Amino acid sequence: MDSAYATRITVTVNGEPRAVAIDNRTSVLDLLRERFGLTGTKKGCDHGQCGACTVLANGRRVNACLALAVAYDGASIQTVEGLAGPGGLHPLQGAFLRHDAFQCGYCTPGQLCSAVGMLTEAGPSAVTADLTEDPPLTPGEIRERMSGNLCRCGAYVNIVRAISSELPPGGELADPVSATSLGDTAPYPPAGRLAEQEARS
Amino acid sequence: MKQFTFARAGSPADATRQFRNGAAYLGGGTNLVDLMRLGVTAPDHVIDVTGAVSDEIIAYDGGGLTIGAGVRNSDLSSHPLVRERYPMLARAVLNGASGQIRNAATVGGNLLQRTRCPYFQDVSMPCNKRSPGSGCQATAPGADTANMAVLGHTPFCVATHPSDLAVALTALNARVRVVSQAGVSQARGMAPDGGRWVDMPGLHRLPGGAPDHDTVLRPGELITEVELPPPAGGRQTYRKVRERASFAFALVSIAALLDVGPDGRVRDCRIALGGVAHAPWRALAAERVVLGVPPAAEVFAGAAEAELRYAHPLAGNAYKVTLARNLITTVLEELIP
Repeated sequence: MDSAYATRITVTVNGEPRAVAIDNRTSVLDLLRERFGLTGTKKGCDHGQCGACTVLANGRRVNACLALAVAYDGASIQTVEGLAGPGGLHPLQGAFLRHDAFQCGYCTPGQLCSAVGMLTEAGPSAVTADLTEDPPLTPGEIRERMSGNLCRCGAYVNIVRAISSELPPGGELADPVSATSLGDTAPYPPAGRLAEQEARS
Repeated sequence: MKQFTFARAGSPADATRQFRNGAAYLGGGTNLVDLMRLGVTAPDHVIDVTGAVSDEIIAYDGGGLTIGAGVRNSDLSSHPLVRERYPMLARAVLNGASGQIRNAATVGGNLLQRTRCPYFQDVSMPCNKRSPGSGCQATAPGADTANMAVLGHTPFCVATHPSDLAVALTALNARVRVVSQAGVSQARGMAPDGGRWVDMPGLHRLPGGAPDHDTVLRPGELITEVELPPPAGGRQTYRKVRERASFAFALVSIAALLDVGPDGRVRDCRIALGGVAHAPWRALAAERVVLGVPPAAEVFAGAAEAELRYAHPLAGNAYKVTLARNLITTVLEELIP
């Protein structure tokens, strides 16, 4: 590797710091899969259109295929492999099983990471009538907020049901104990939607 | 993808100093990385500017907002002051892309994203925007013109600008701060810090004879912030029509504002259209029809006609003219208090 076109970076993946020299062209997706062997994160379109590669970077869901790893030096990345904790599956993983929210499973890691990130995002969506409110996450709101994750099997109905079943009544995830850390920078579970609303008002 | 060197810039001056021919500024990467992968663009030096420009939204005296170019789209649309004072802006951003992309994409990068014309993105096709002088496949017989421009295009380029954010900023009379290398800008008679303001509308160009230039920015100029004037009165919104209900580019979109005075006459009207031209399209002819008269359906129909009289649909996109007309009239009627 020509050193002018390579960079040594450190990223924290599922809580574990990892230093690696990469070709500058490497995406976070290829870094995870090809260098770290974390193949849970899937490559679908490689253009940011399908969401199969969704991971949490510093607690926020992003498309790993469009993220240059070199630009994420120092970041904390959480993948589907990091969702389950010592206490078992992440609540959303359990919900996906209970509600039969997948068929082939290829999009599922991205759906899960996207849903975990989505539940931390305050504010309205494109379908929210009153922009000044943080609306309740109705099925319509969930569908809009999850539109960046395609499912070619068409499991959408049960994906929405699974996510709906884990909506935190007070704005926080139901079972924080079994949710693992988002890394060393972001608190988890994140401050709830209602708490943020109260802080603003 | 071609190999490139990479550097982070710590300030606007650092970024512009590092710029050279063949370099590219990197924001969230949601468009640039894709274009590099497609071979549409092939920078040999990538400068990460997310640490060089502000990522904050600040209310300034007088009621306006200064938005750092590094603000992520999702932080812009969830900001309480944006939601309260500039609803068309919040709605435009929320209607763009997906949650994942909005989390990464920056304000500056959103404004400078490239067209999604399929012939621009396919390097096996001629394209005057990607390769000046090679021709325009979108105007060739049999081309798919369904999502091409109907206003302001030329035989050399019929591409549309894809940003929703830019359409709202065009209606809001925002302006954009850009900086360039200090020595270069002083020679051009600009401010000592190499900065200048570019008004919207005015940042994005119509294709003319140089469709390879999307904007009026010169090579190496960097957007550092967007300034929103104090909020206008009246009611405003953003409406986007697309092929599916979410996560798709606009066929036609509209950012509109209507302010009716105590005398029952319209004292402010703003209309900007997306998806119809090479730039966000400020519908000044339509606005002139509406200003100063009582708001009414027939007035709005006349306004739409005044704006779209000179539309030139291509073989496959006459529907956009109808769509734009219906959007102007419907949305303005909904904005009547």
